[in-house]
Amino acid sequence: MNEFLAMGGYAAYVWPSYALAFILLVANIVAPMLQRKKTVTEIARKLRRARNEQK
Amino acid sequence: MNVFMRWFHKMGSPKYFYEVSGKMIPWFMWTFIITLVYGLYQGMIVSPPDYQQGESVRIMYIHVPAAWMSMFIYVVMAVSGLISLVWRIKMTEIFVISSATVGASFTFLALATGSLWGKPMWGTWWVWDARLTSELILLFLYLGIIALHSAIEDKRVAARAISILALVGVVNIPIIHYSVEWWNTLHQTSSVTMTGKKAMSTSMLIPLLVMSVSFKLYYGAVVLMRARAELLERDRNTRWVEEVVQEDTK
Amino acid sequence: MNPIRKKRLYLIGAMVAGIGVAAWLALNAFDENLMFFFSPTEVVAGKAPTGHPFRIGGLVANESVKRRPDGLTTAFDVTDNDKTVTVEYTGILPDLFREGQGIVALGQLNEGGIFVASEVLAKHDENYMPPEVAESLKTAHDNAVGNTQPQASIQ
Repeated sequence: MNEFLAMGGYAAYVWPSYALAFILLVANIVAPMLQRKKTVTEIARKLRRARNEQK
Repeated sequence: MNVFMRWFHKMGSPKYFYEVSGKMIPWFMWTFIITLVYGLYQGMIVSPPDYQQGESVRIMYIHVPAAWMSMFIYVVMAVSGLISLVWRIKMTEIFVISSATVGASFTFLALATGSLWGKPMWGTWWVWDARLTSELILLFLYLGIIALHSAIEDKRVAARAISILALVGVVNIPIIHYSVEWWNTLHQTSSVTMTGKKAMSTSMLIPLLVMSVSFKLYYGAVVLMRARAELLERDRNTRWVEEVVQEDTK
Repeated sequence: MNPIRKKRLYLIGAMVAGIGVAAWLALNAFDENLMFFFSPTEVVAGKAPTGHPFRIGGLVANESVKRRPDGLTTAFDVTDNDKTVTVEYTGILPDLFREGQGIVALGQLNEGGIFVASEVLAKHDENYMPPEVAESLKTAHDNAVGNTQPQASIQ
């Protein structure tokens, strides 16, 4: 296991590469989820206000 | 009109697109995760170290697919831009901006992993050779598109502006691809080519190709997610969006 | 396609083509600056710039790597299988540096015709294979050719 983590002495280059890939892949999934959620909340709030005014 | 064109036309309707893409995303996501796990298993465990680069060759399984994606996404973006400008289809306009962030991410990833490989192998983090410089210009094009889009208030105008910028920048794609052949560069020439010269052993080619399929599926999922979010924002005052929101917040 | 769309398509086509031509002209004009390095043949022929540092690229000739007495300076021959230039470098060499390997060195020629480098980078080629395969390829190649001189060309 230690040998695997050592990457033949290139651990300092291999693991940051994979870590960065992981971070970017996750970030690009999370960002549109948050964006959509924010928009939905905003529109929902607006709709609620419009309904309350009608009453 | 053939089947594809009819489908394409239908996808032009925002409501239909929103529904269908919502069903497509899980498929892209799961196939992405499966291929990713398999690609990592092949790349990290099964494939051998290189005769010269040793274990550092494993950086390539991220670097090369990321670099391919950076160009692939740009071409998709430019084609969407062309369709948006000529036919004024809202959905393709949304695809242009939805591709930009993920494209920029892959370009950055390709540059950063290349740098991490270059330091131990070449002896430098960075050189200004034709390949590295043209890839850096690609990153600036993506960033320029993102900045231009956020600087223009009217989203239809913004979409047109970034479509033009995307088309202007498309000239950089063949330059990136052929830079290693037209000029002598520190960067090596392509190992995987259409002509089928065999410069890479199969045990290394498998993880490389699996990862590149995986990244394409990932792009499919992410671009649709982003496009749905953009679509809701742009159509926020329409009836169908109100229906979607009511359904969502129930 | 209706006439307006056709016109737009032509306009965009013309724009992309125009930019393509402009880029092509610009790249042609700067062709030399885009070359990352000069080959030993070009250097020997005097095509490389004098008076300011430039890069030389080629293969490290077999059995040419020598340590200078100070223990820090390395001297080796760079070849393109035609002409050869001797390079001297003081410092740490990259991991890929070895005989037969492609390298790119930055520096200047001194009066003795020796290229004094301030930086040596290893150039990797497009070949990727496990050590066993490389070993068997080398054996097969040596048996067939009967020498160990590097035959790969450097781009």
